[in-house]
Amino acid sequence: MNSDVFLQLTVSGLSNGMVYALVAVGFVVIFKASDVINFAQGEFLLFGAYLAFAFIGQFGFPWSVGVLATLLGAAMIGLIVERLVLRPLIGEPVISMIMVTIGLSSLLRAVVNGIWGARPKAFPNFIPSGEVEFLGAVVGIDRLLVIAIAAILLTILTLFFRHTRDGIAMRAIADDQQAALSMGISIKRVLAVAWAMAAITAAVAGIILANTVGVSHDIIFIGLRVFPVVILGGLDSVPGAIVGGGVIGLLESYTAGYTTSGLELIVPYIVLILVLMIRPYGLFGKEIIERV
Amino acid sequence: MESGIFFSDYRSDMALRRMPLQKVRTGLLLVGLVVFPLLANPYWLNLANQIAIATIGAIGLNILVGYTGQISLGQGAFMAVGAYGSGLLTVRLDVPFYFSIPAAALITAFAGLVVGLPSLRLKGLYLAVATLAAQQIVEFVVTHWDGLTGGTEALVVPAPELFGARMNTDGRFYWILVVVALAVAVFAANLFRSRVGRAWVAIRDQDIAASAIGVNVFGYKLLAFATSSFLVGLSGALLAHYRSIVTWERFTIEVSISYLAMIIIGGLGTISGSFFGATLIVLLPAMINTLGRSLQDTAPWAATVLPYVQQGVFGLVIILFLVLEPEGLAKLWRNVKDYFRVWPFSY
Repeated sequence: MNSDVFLQLTVSGLSNGMVYALVAVGFVVIFKASDVINFAQGEFLLFGAYLAFAFIGQFGFPWSVGVLATLLGAAMIGLIVERLVLRPLIGEPVISMIMVTIGLSSLLRAVVNGIWGARPKAFPNFIPSGEVEFLGAVVGIDRLLVIAIAAILLTILTLFFRHTRDGIAMRAIADDQQAALSMGISIKRVLAVAWAMAAITAAVAGIILANTVGVSHDIIFIGLRVFPVVILGGLDSVPGAIVGGGVIGLLESYTAGYTTSGLELIVPYIVLILVLMIRPYGLFGKEIIERV
Repeated sequence: MESGIFFSDYRSDMALRRMPLQKVRTGLLLVGLVVFPLLANPYWLNLANQIAIATIGAIGLNILVGYTGQISLGQGAFMAVGAYGSGLLTVRLDVPFYFSIPAAALITAFAGLVVGLPSLRLKGLYLAVATLAAQQIVEFVVTHWDGLTGGTEALVVPAPELFGARMNTDGRFYWILVVVALAVAVFAANLFRSRVGRAWVAIRDQDIAASAIGVNVFGYKLLAFATSSFLVGLSGALLAHYRSIVTWERFTIEVSISYLAMIIIGGLGTISGSFFGATLIVLLPAMINTLGRSLQDTAPWAATVLPYVQQGVFGLVIILFLVLEPEGLAKLWRNVKDYFRVWPFSY
């Protein structure tokens, strides 16, 4: 086995995995706060990428302002979606929640297509690309930067859950909704914060993807790739999302590197099924015991 | 309920259609189904055939999702198994279609059993995600197993023959589809008056209670997967012979989603809802298309945004139904019936 190739695959796998982790964290935050699986996460990603394209590429903002504007825009969308679509459905059965986010994904996709068209866009990259020597192998500098950015963000998020008022309120609601309500926690506020956060993390991932793979429609498929990540890590665990993202990213990268015939497309799903059969709550998820 | 109606034997009391108005409506429906192809042009016949196929698939999905409460995102995969099963049997082994279609449905039922196995341990969201994975894996197998399915190339299925006549027009295929769809609807309606159907409903409403009263939860869940997949495979197989071309693009996750939309919009756990939902989801894009074309002269830009409008309206319809009328079109239809039952003397 060639160790250079191995290291390259590791770096590219990790950088993909960190993008997955960012998307997955948004997913987990929503699930923790409201037990909703958000099928529109891929579309949030798409929206983030296209918003960044609009601000930086079309309006010509400097990238720092553009990124800030994108994050603000994403938060707005998250808040609007929560208020108009999710809040009327609090307490409805699982299938309604799944379907409403699926309907949302279709609607968001149509809006993005309607505004920007279906063609891929040229994005003015601001994450420097180029190659550097790293531990004896040549790897893309943008890959390393992506890993660093994601690591910083994920650390901030973890600290948010540990130490801030809203973060702790979110954990309380995830633990026991009724008890949290009786302690005076506003579930509406927490839900709004959760959706805004999910949209923001997805937008960050969208901006990264815009830089590394370009702004196009294919970004949506990342949304589906997140399911293996969250199931592996545990649907309600932020560290789980990070570890799961890394593992799935590496797995894909190694399969793509060492086998042919596009097997990397389904390896995550095979892992998903195995995890579901053996340990449905994932590596770090809360184990719910129910006997039927 | 209409008043003043008495039954003097159990048979008429337990009939599927027992009220005079119900019988009138059923009669009207049957007459309508017979008269329709005599009046309709090929465009409408084509739509009617699509609706019939979608209705069969939606009833199948409704058995699993609406009645048994097991959420499945694998509809597209099951339809693919049915379509490729029947198509390959016809093309490779020269099996006539009236054998290959039931055979393909049986194969799909078996596939459903396999996919249903995780339901032993998984419910709700987790099961939905497991079926999503099954969908992706089946898609991968279909597109990569070149030796069997021809990979991404289209599989061409010859037009079926029945009583020496080639069923290659919309008008002729209509009769096959209508008969099968009616049979499926009657079968499903009767199913839910039987032990099996009631066990499924019990599992949906409260699985622990169901097992406490002696329902074999896992066994009935598997049976639901098999029965549902049988019907879904049937609709996939019919689609293969109707379209005479099988390509994997017809069986993606989008298909799973649009079928889920059908039963949500139509009404979970209702047979009539499956039909209403299928009708709406088939007609909606067609109507938007017609609208767009009629606008072509006044607003040429309309044609370019048409696909997005279809997509957006699809999503919007799902959201609006879930927020405003979660019980779907079946409930609306019931409201209409209730209103006219004692009309014009509502009070």
